[in-house]
Amino acid sequence: MSATTMSGDFGLEQPVDRAPLGGSLAPAGESITSKPVAAVVAEPAKEQKMEKIAAQPSGVAFGEKFNTFLRAVLPPTLGMLVLIGIWYVATHKGGSIPGPVQTWDAAVTLFADPFYRNGPNDQGIGWNILSSLQRVGIGFGFAALVGIPLGFILGRSAFLSAMINPIISLLRPVSPLAWLPIGLLVFKKADPAATYTIFICSIWPMIMNTAQGVQRVPQDYLNVARVLALSEWKVVTKILFPAVLPYMLTGIRLSIGTAWLVIVAAEMLTGGVGIGFWVWDEWNNLKVEHIIIAIFVIGIVGLILEQSLILLAKKLTKESS
Amino acid sequence: MEKFVSIEKVGQTFDTKKGKFVALRDIDLGIKQGEFIALIGHSGCGKSTLLNLIAGLTRPTTGVLLCDGREIAGPGPERAVVFQNHSLLPWLTCFENVYLAVERVFGAKEGKAKLKERTAAAINLVGLDHASSKYPHEISGGMKQRVGIARALSMQPKVLLMDEPFGALDALTRAKLQDELMKICEATKATTVMVTHDVDEAVLLSDRIVMMTNGPAATIGEILEVKLPRPRDRLTLAHDPAYIDCRAAVLEFLYEKQAHVEKIAA
Repeated sequence: MSATTMSGDFGLEQPVDRAPLGGSLAPAGESITSKPVAAVVAEPAKEQKMEKIAAQPSGVAFGEKFNTFLRAVLPPTLGMLVLIGIWYVATHKGGSIPGPVQTWDAAVTLFADPFYRNGPNDQGIGWNILSSLQRVGIGFGFAALVGIPLGFILGRSAFLSAMINPIISLLRPVSPLAWLPIGLLVFKKADPAATYTIFICSIWPMIMNTAQGVQRVPQDYLNVARVLALSEWKVVTKILFPAVLPYMLTGIRLSIGTAWLVIVAAEMLTGGVGIGFWVWDEWNNLKVEHIIIAIFVIGIVGLILEQSLILLAKKLTKESS
Repeated sequence: MEKFVSIEKVGQTFDTKKGKFVALRDIDLGIKQGEFIALIGHSGCGKSTLLNLIAGLTRPTTGVLLCDGREIAGPGPERAVVFQNHSLLPWLTCFENVYLAVERVFGAKEGKAKLKERTAAAINLVGLDHASSKYPHEISGGMKQRVGIARALSMQPKVLLMDEPFGALDALTRAKLQDELMKICEATKATTVMVTHDVDEAVLLSDRIVMMTNGPAATIGEILEVKLPRPRDRLTLAHDPAYIDCRAAVLEFLYEKQAHVEKIAA
């Protein structure tokens, strides 16, 4: 952490001719958030380009680059530091909640061996994360399989839309966990019940966003389809699907976000292997530092899921627009 | 000469929240094969409504439209439309946009190689060989409009319908495309109906100019025959008395005979 503070100081004193620092300080940024990592990685390539284009004023350009880099990295870094600082001050007199140092030490031992198995109730944190992700993946996959076609149908047919919409409006506000007992009853097992809960919570955003996307396809494109008298199959593949894709991706992003929220709670109730179950297990073991680690892990995984879907959406819509 | 497209006693009424709105009434017009017709009038006079009726995108409330002896019951590739805002699909390249149309019209009878050949020929016709593999957002507005024209022409339509195709373009690009369009129509002998609000464009391109009265309840006010020999050249025409007369007649219709109606409407 001290290295990062130093980078701030250096930057303020000498913003010009300090560009190489940006590269050398990369590890300090890397451990904090994902965004600065991207900035750091991108930095060396850009520097080279600048050198090729303009050799003479490169010092100034580097300074400017370094400044923008600082502006991007400094505020989030500072925010994290403040958070950790408050955490430290709040816990340094002792008490039931462990401080940053203890948590860090616990994390080091924990992540030294993330994939061990000591029986069904004691597995490495890696296995717990993976099995949670697997549940989210399966539940979400089924939701996409059902939700996207259903969204297309509702978007195309005003009658069906008027028929189904009240049902969706009624069921959408229900917490997915309320469905868990029914899942347990139907599947007689905890694991599929948790997956089924994910399915329920993922399906609403998928249906609604896809249907909305279909309804918002520009009339111009549909007129083209009508003038060409395209077959329904061509209309779907060449016009509807590409036009709806951005909306679908928003639906996917919302679904995954909710699914990741819900899986923790569902696993707390069902047990087995999974990050939610692990939190509850560590609570029973009174290993509070592990619970804090789990909170960070859940946050980071959620962030990665969200960011990668945003990236995917950007890539796909860039190609298509 | 025989009427190729025939519009008989056509009226169009829209249901709006404020009640019925009569957009068009008593439209009677015959269009000969190979003829170039311009529809001109103030905005809101139902030019585009009439074009959509010929395209079959909307059905008339009263009257009947015929094309090549058959009633126009819906849109179809035999009446290709060049839309005002080009309406290219942004996720397809220029080539793919045209190919979509070619495949639809000729796909049943011809092989892939022939379809691609047709597509390439249509793109060549509008002078866009170099932009064939580009996406619509990578090319200029004028080029997009040319792809739209290529798409329409590639279908070898019986009638080419154009809804203010050059309205969004700058004057120089517009002039260039008008010249290209004249050559293409000359070469393909396409029957064309073009909606425009540009008097010079109408006189330069058309065989007849259909001038419409102001809406609501718009109808055909006057029809002006443009008896200028082809091929036409915009520079020589600029000083041609016949051209100047035609231009004056359209301007007179638009700004004297129809000007006061707009004031009352507004």
